[in-house]
Amino acid sequence: MTNVSMTVNGKSVSCDVSDTTLLSEFLREDLRLTGTHVGCDTSQCGACVVHVDGKAIKSCTALAVSLDGSDLTTVEGVGPANDLHPMQAAFKKHHGLQCGFCTPGMIMAGIDMVERYQADGRDLTAEAIRHELEGNICRCTGYHNIVKAIEEAAGTMAGMKQAAE
Amino acid sequence: MSDGIGARVERKEDKRFITGKGKYTDDIRMDNQAYAAFVRCPVAHAKINGIDSSAAMAMEGVIAVHTGPEMKADEIGDIITGWAITSKDGTPMQCGVWNPMVTTYGRYVGDAIAIVVAETQDIARAAAEVVELDYEELPAVAQADAALADGAPQVHENVPGNQIFNWEIGDEAKTETAMAGAHHVTELDITNNRLAPNPMEPRSAVATYNEAEDHYTLYTTSQNPHVARLVLSAFYNVAPEHKLRVIAPDVGGGFGSKIYIYPEELTCLWASMKTGRSVKWTSDRSEAFMTDAHGRDHITKAKMGFDADGNIVAFHVDTIANLGAYVSLFATATPTYLYGTLWSGTYAMPAIYGTVRAVHTNTVPVDAYRGAGRPEATYMIERMMETASREMGIHPAELRRRNFVKEFPYQTEVILQYDSGDYFTMLDEGEKAADVAGFAARRAQSEARGKLRGLGYSTFVEACGIAPSAAVGSLGAAVGLWESCEVRVNPVGTVEVLTGSHSHGQGHETTFAQLVSDRFGIPIDNVTIVHGDTDKVQMGMGTYGSRSGPVGMSAVMKALDKVEEKAKKIAAHTLEASEDDIVIENGEVKVAGTDKKMGWHEVGLAAYIAHNLPEGMEPGLKETAFYDPLNFSFPSGALICEVEVDPDTGVTDIVKFTAVDDFGTIINPNIVEGQVHGGVTQGIGQAMLEQVVYDETGQLITGSYMDYCMPRADDVPSFTLDHTCTPSPLNPLGVKGCGEAGAIGAPPAVINAITDAIGTNDLQMPATPLAVWTALQANKTAMAAE
Repeated sequence: MTNVSMTVNGKSVSCDVSDTTLLSEFLREDLRLTGTHVGCDTSQCGACVVHVDGKAIKSCTALAVSLDGSDLTTVEGVGPANDLHPMQAAFKKHHGLQCGFCTPGMIMAGIDMVERYQADGRDLTAEAIRHELEGNICRCTGYHNIVKAIEEAAGTMAGMKQAAE
Repeated sequence: MSDGIGARVERKEDKRFITGKGKYTDDIRMDNQAYAAFVRCPVAHAKINGIDSSAAMAMEGVIAVHTGPEMKADEIGDIITGWAITSKDGTPMQCGVWNPMVTTYGRYVGDAIAIVVAETQDIARAAAEVVELDYEELPAVAQADAALADGAPQVHENVPGNQIFNWEIGDEAKTETAMAGAHHVTELDITNNRLAPNPMEPRSAVATYNEAEDHYTLYTTSQNPHVARLVLSAFYNVAPEHKLRVIAPDVGGGFGSKIYIYPEELTCLWASMKTGRSVKWTSDRSEAFMTDAHGRDHITKAKMGFDADGNIVAFHVDTIANLGAYVSLFATATPTYLYGTLWSGTYAMPAIYGTVRAVHTNTVPVDAYRGAGRPEATYMIERMMETASREMGIHPAELRRRNFVKEFPYQTEVILQYDSGDYFTMLDEGEKAADVAGFAARRAQSEARGKLRGLGYSTFVEACGIAPSAAVGSLGAAVGLWESCEVRVNPVGTVEVLTGSHSHGQGHETTFAQLVSDRFGIPIDNVTIVHGDTDKVQMGMGTYGSRSGPVGMSAVMKALDKVEEKAKKIAAHTLEASEDDIVIENGEVKVAGTDKKMGWHEVGLAAYIAHNLPEGMEPGLKETAFYDPLNFSFPSGALICEVEVDPDTGVTDIVKFTAVDDFGTIINPNIVEGQVHGGVTQGIGQAMLEQVVYDETGQLITGSYMDYCMPRADDVPSFTLDHTCTPSPLNPLGVKGCGEAGAIGAPPAVINAITDAIGTNDLQMPATPLAVWTALQANKTAMAAE
C-alpha cells in the first residue's frame, strides 16, 4: 500500500492504495464516485474518461499511485444538477444520451476537446467532433445527438470564455 | 398542455445521468459484500473429470469455491426456455439440458464451471485462475451448417444430428406450383452475420440472502425484473416469489441481451445463501463477449418468383439458425414466429413457404437481439427485391411499388394480419428526403473523382408489441404478454405511475409522464414513473420487442381511464353537476359551459379526505389496469442509403442515410428520433463492421473491442429522418413502436447501396473494406473473362 494525496473535484483526498489499483477502481470503490463507469477492459470504450491536471485520460489505464499530487475532475465535479455545465445542459437539450452509461465519459471527452480546440484557435466542426470521439463508444444514440450537443456546447463555452476575457 | 402527447420535452431522467448520479447495479454496495468470479470452460467442448480448488481456497481472502454438482444437489433448477416449437413432422423440439454450472460437459468457451467468492474482486479473479480443471477436450462444431453435416460432433447426446427442430410455415404445394409457373426467379444465398449485443453497461448482479427472513434480494441488469423473479422462483427453486425481491435499477442498455435469466445471476443468489454474504458479480467486457446471448447467425437459401410484370408470385425460404450450445429463453421464437411470420414484408405475396432448421453448436447461446428475427426477414426480402430489380431491369422503387400491400387490414400468407399502413406515401417521402432525383448527377461527380457511388433501398414492416396472450400461448409461448399499470393520485394531486415496463435508455420516465400530463393537464414534473422493483410494482412483463409503447402505454391509458372516471364522479358530486358535463383540462376539473370548477389537486384531496364522496364510493384515487393487446402493431419504414466507395481500397463512406418511418402516434419526437438514430447505427454496424468470429475449434476470436468492431462516431453520418403516420387502430394511443425499426431496416439499405456502387451482388455482411475490395476484384476478373 502506498499513500497518495490528490485533489478530486476540488477536495483534498489522501488514501492508502495498492500498487495495482487502477484510477477507475480508486474513484469508484475508494472514493465512491460511481459516476465514472467501466465499460470494457481494453481501454476502448471511454466510459471512464476523467480529467487529470486539465487533460482527459481514460481512468482505466492509469494507476492511482502514479497520480500523487494530481488535480482530478470527474463527472461529479463538472456541475451540480442545479447549475449544469454547458456540456451537460447541451446533452440534455439535444437528447444526447439514452441509457446514460457512456455519458459521463462523453461529457468529459466533450469538454476536453472543446477546450483543446479553443486553446489552439481551431474550429471544432461536426467532422472534427466525430473524429475526436474515436475513443468513446455509445451503443444507444448513434452519435447524431451527441455531435449536436458538443457542437452547441462549444459555442456556449466560446461565448462564456469571451465574456470572461 | 405543452408537456403532453407529441411534445418535444427534455427527459426527466437526464439530470442524474449527466451529473454522474445514476445508480447502476455495479454502483450498489451492500454491507458484508463479497465478490464473485467464475471459472469457465476454456475450450468449446470438454468432459470435466475433476475440479481442484485447493490452491484457490488456500489464498488469503477466498471465502468459497462452489461447483455445478453442488448446485444440482441443492436442487437449483436448470436454465429454461420459454417457447416450445413443433417440427413440421409434428414432433416436439429436442434440446439439450442447460445446467447453470457445468455438471459433466462444458459445451462452449465460457460455460460456467465454478464460482469463486472472495473478499475483493481482484482476489476472486486471481483465485479463479488457480482453480485447476482436469478435463478431456472433445470435438466441437461452431458453424450452423457444419453442425448439420453427417458425422458432425454431437453437442448433446439427446439431440441427434444437433437439430433442435425443423419448423415450417406457409403453403408448400401452392408455393411450388406458383414458383414453377414464374416468369422470372431470383435466387440468393444469404448469411445473416452473428452479432454481440454490447450494451455499454456489462451485466452485473448483487445478491443478498437474509437468513432471519429466509429472503433474497437481487439487484441486477434486467429488462424484465418480474419475469426474472418468476423464473428464479418457479423454475430455479431459489425461493418463492414473496421471498425474493428483484430490482433492476438504472440499466445501461439491453438490446435484448438483458431479457434472459443467465447462470451467473442465479449462481450469485445461491452463493449468497451458501456463504452468508452479499455476493456481487460484474462481467468484464471479455466475459460479455463470451457469455451474453448473441444475435442473428442465419444461413439462408431464398427463391422469389415473379410474373412478367414484376409481381411476386411465390417466395421460398430455407434457413439454418444457430442457437448455440443451449436454448436460451426466447431463442426458439426468434427464428420462427418472429421471423417466418414477416416473410411477406411490405408486399402482397400470394404464396409463401419455408422451413427453419435450428441447430446446437459449441457456441454461446443465441437469442433475441434488437429486432429479433425481423432484421433477418427484412434483410433477406429486401436483398431479394433489389437483386430482382437489377435482374429484371425494373427500378428498385418501382418494383417495390408494384408489389406493396395496398389495402388494410391485410392478411398475409404467414399468420400475421397487418392492421394499417401506407407504404406508398412512406416511400414517396423517403425518395424526396433522400433527393433520389439528384442521385445521377451526384454519381457522375463521384465517378469524375474516381469513386463509385451507389443508392440502396429498403422498406420494412415489423410486428411489435408482442402480443395477445392467448395467441402466443397457442403458438407455444409459456407466458402471457400483457402489461400492467397502477396510477396513484396523491392527496396533493401529484401522480405516481407504477409500470411493469422497464426503461434501460428508452426514456419512460418522460414519455409515460407525458401521457398523464396530456390527460389531466398537469406538468410532467408532477408525475413520477416507478419501475424496475418487484417490491414496489405489481407483476409486469418488461421491455423488449418495442412493446413499452403499444402494450405498456396502453396499460397506462387504461388505468388513466379508470382514474379519470372516478375523478369526474367526485367532481360532479362536489360541484353538484352531472358527471357527463365534467371536463378535465389544464389541471382543472370543470363543469362545461359554467364557471364552476375545482383544481386537480382538490379532487385528489377530496378523494382522500373522504368527507363528502358520492354514496358508496371508496376513498382514495388509485387504479390498476392490465392490458392484453388485440394484435401485434405494425410499424413500417422506407430507408434509403447512399454510399461512396473507393475502388482502390474498398473503403465505403455512407454519404447520406434517410429513414422515413410510420410509427403511428408519436409521444415524444426527440425520443423516437433517438431510437431511430441508435437502431440505424446498429444496423450499419451489422452491415459494415460487426461480426462475432469463432474459429473451427470453437474458440472465440472476437473477445474484445480490439477485435469486434463497434460503430464509432466517424463510422456513421448524421441522419435524415421524417415520419408518416397511420395510427394503429388497435390500441388506445395508436402507437406502433419504434425501438427496433432502424436495426431492422438499415442493413439491406446499406448492402443494396454498396452492391449498386460496385456493380456486383456477391457481397455478404459485414461489408468491410477487404470484403468490398475483394468483391470488386472478383467482379473485374469475371468481367474480363466474359
